[in-house]
Amino acid sequence: MTENIISLQGVTKEFETRNGKVVALKDINLDIAPGDAYGIIGLSGAGKSTLVRTINLLEQPTEGKVIFDGSLLTGLNSRELNLHRRKISMIFQQFNLLMQRDAIGNICFPLEIAGVPKSEARAKAEELLKVVDLEDRAHSYPSQLSGGQKQRVAIARALASDPDVILCDEATSALDPKTTRSILKLLKKINEERGITLVVITHEMDVIRQICTKVAVIENGEIVERGDVGEVFAKPKSKAARRLFFPDGRDRETAVGRTSTRNRVRLVFDESNAYKPIIANMITELGAPVNFFYADLDVLGNKQKGQMVICLSEDRAMAEKQKEYLRRERVEVTELTDDIDDLLQEEGEA
Amino acid sequence: MDTHTLVSLLWEGTLQTLYMTLVATLVSYLIGLPVGVSLIVTGPNGIRPVGIYNKIMGFIVNVVRSVPFLILMIACMPYIRKIIGTGIGTSATTAALIIAAWPFVARMVEQSLLEVDPGVIEAAQAMGASNMQIVLKVLLLEARPSLMNGAAVATITILGYSAMAGTLGGGGLGDIAIRYGHYRFQPTIMWITIVVLVILVQIMQEIGIKAAAKLDNRIS
Repeated sequence: MTENIISLQGVTKEFETRNGKVVALKDINLDIAPGDAYGIIGLSGAGKSTLVRTINLLEQPTEGKVIFDGSLLTGLNSRELNLHRRKISMIFQQFNLLMQRDAIGNICFPLEIAGVPKSEARAKAEELLKVVDLEDRAHSYPSQLSGGQKQRVAIARALASDPDVILCDEATSALDPKTTRSILKLLKKINEERGITLVVITHEMDVIRQICTKVAVIENGEIVERGDVGEVFAKPKSKAARRLFFPDGRDRETAVGRTSTRNRVRLVFDESNAYKPIIANMITELGAPVNFFYADLDVLGNKQKGQMVICLSEDRAMAEKQKEYLRRERVEVTELTDDIDDLLQEEGEA
Repeated sequence: MDTHTLVSLLWEGTLQTLYMTLVATLVSYLIGLPVGVSLIVTGPNGIRPVGIYNKIMGFIVNVVRSVPFLILMIACMPYIRKIIGTGIGTSATTAALIIAAWPFVARMVEQSLLEVDPGVIEAAQAMGASNMQIVLKVLLLEARPSLMNGAAVATITILGYSAMAGTLGGGGLGDIAIRYGHYRFQPTIMWITIVVLVILVQIMQEIGIKAAAKLDNRIS
């Protein structure tokens, strides 16, 4: 019995390029427990796609160990590796379906590879089409399906080999927001009902918020932060995590860009206080107003989480009192001033 | 020449041309298809890169393809004569056609297989497919329509070569065009052979296009 379904130990990946050596992954240590919905988030070029490909050894790590379900994958011959790979399915941003096979043919494909008898494979594929709500498209070819439908076929295909893990490589990045939500819902259902471990690679915080319970933040080939999604979201320690989790783009501009005040704070509420009128009470009790810049409420993992950016009183002493009040109410308070300006500046330079 | 003799002459020539073309195409594919697949598999982005093999085989293919067909045929004649006993006629021409065409076929196959989405190959690898399974079930099947189009082009090219071989006593329609149309100044026969060749090419092209479309499931 092993504790972790996936364990990466000291995984380093270097690429030889014309311009010399590029280190894509630096000494990655990552443990994923069975049943986890583990998110790996980072900006493009951070190394997340390379990271997920070392798990099934589509990328051979230059150094380090990859352990899957107690077996050391690094160092296996291709025959043995292929047997393990059947238990690690993968879905892709571009779906990667066989264009010359219809939906059911695509779902049968991994079974065919594993040598499952044809009739058995077909029965199973039909079953899986129901799971992904595509019974009526069994004989449609990928070119006749929408993006969301293609990803559903890909998910059914991923389920065909009864995997322990599904690796999702930017699985929703090519889809519109509505389709994204339905695909994520399906993945979450699979994770919860079948206990299949998910490893979710994404650059979108929303994806992490909707299905993951744990998250690792990767930047420049290194994991800079990790933990429960709620925890990391409420108290991001690394710059990369703050950049990803704090209100971004347009929101951040309204939140911070138009004001020169130095006493902005980010507040994170959880279930215990998300529904209480804390701010309103604070204003009446302390008799000093605050300015609102940004607010949003979301389900994170299985919990409600809200975040807000407000501007505290101009008066220093009063601002301190307000922070104290908020902390007493168990609101997570982060001062934004320098940090966010740094971030904005960095992004302006980049 | 009376009409009857003319018709039977042309008929025989057409059959010889078809025989040489089809046999040479078939055998060229028996050699060129595996070679084309091997070039893709062992290429730098292939599923099993083998640099040395890839370079050497690529070099051989390029060298043979660089030699114009007529020159290659003349150069090979003594060896063909030694092996099959004759340097003229359809058998000798077919042998020469195969020597000239297999590298061409290998490149055509390579081009078709290059069109297969690398993502699909990666997906098959992630599923635990062996290299052989990837070749048979992914590469060749996904590239089917393109391979079919390529086969039509290859057949037509080989048909053209076979007509050229006529200048060296190779048999078939090219032979008739040279002997009757050119040496005996019978422009009618010359033009009839041209028309027959054009019709043959049209038929092959049509078959190729129709078959490729029928094999392609990327319809919307």
